[in-house]
Amino acid sequence: MSRQPLKASWKMSWPKTMATLAGAMAALMIAGCGERPQVVNYKQGTYSGKPDTPAFDNAPWNGNHEQWIKDLKQRAQAQNEYKRIGG
Amino acid sequence: MARMKFLCDAERCIECNGCVTACKQEHDIPWGVNRRRVVTMNDGVPGERSISVACMHCSDAPCMAVCPVDCFYKTEEGVVLHDKDMCIGCGYCFYACPFGAPQFPQTGAFGVRGKMDKCTFCAGGPEKDGSPEEFAKYGRNRLSEGKLPVCAEMCSTKALLGGDGDVIADIYRDRVLHRGKGAEVWGWATAYKLPANPGQAPAAAANGTKS
Repeated sequence: MSRQPLKASWKMSWPKTMATLAGAMAALMIAGCGERPQVVNYKQGTYSGKPDTPAFDNAPWNGNHEQWIKDLKQRAQAQNEYKRIGG
Repeated sequence: MARMKFLCDAERCIECNGCVTACKQEHDIPWGVNRRRVVTMNDGVPGERSISVACMHCSDAPCMAVCPVDCFYKTEEGVVLHDKDMCIGCGYCFYACPFGAPQFPQTGAFGVRGKMDKCTFCAGGPEKDGSPEEFAKYGRNRLSEGKLPVCAEMCSTKALLGGDGDVIADIYRDRVLHRGKGAEVWGWATAYKLPANPGQAPAAAANGTKS
């Protein structure tokens, strides 16, 4: 009694399943055509890589180049032990 | 405008390899790659001298000139960096570099070379500053944190100086005046020599391309 409706539903969904499968197969095959070009065109004499952000773009300088340079110069003075020890 | 440079004082270097170790630790450098090395001349002979060598971030970097894929660039501060995503590991930069700075990790059998790795002046690379991607490819970006290269900052005798060229040159001058000898700056003539016509900017640099 319960088998009949099952069979009927399978028969009814069969074309649907086949259509879905066919669609998936077609999508899979077409995906190969959508591949990105893998050959990079280099322009001689120019940087070809990704752009980089300047170091002073980060907190706490937030783009203040002058202050960043000033801070680094001050930090570099720590390498001078004549100044560190007051000699 | 700051111009980042390294300066190694051969009178002070004691070959402790602290700079090498600090660099490897800071950037988690793999086994077999040394961004910085200590070279000793006349080892064991009285008067031997040691110098710490890494990428000097040359003014007219030969690695930039020979790279077939143009993966090198120079920051406003003169730090020579490269994009590892573009590098093909050809090794031309290694042959061109007068300091032997470019390093190539052995990534497979039969000496297969990986992408070039070199000193970044602790300035990272073309990834988001401080990101895990930047650390994995280029190491820590200390310049973006307002710090100087770890090798110079960790140097126990302050033989290795790093930072703005004017500042470290002043420090060195001060030092030479105090001790009265050892005024020779190793590698500077090769790395930062002036162009033949100092008054005129190099044509390539003026055009905004690499030198």
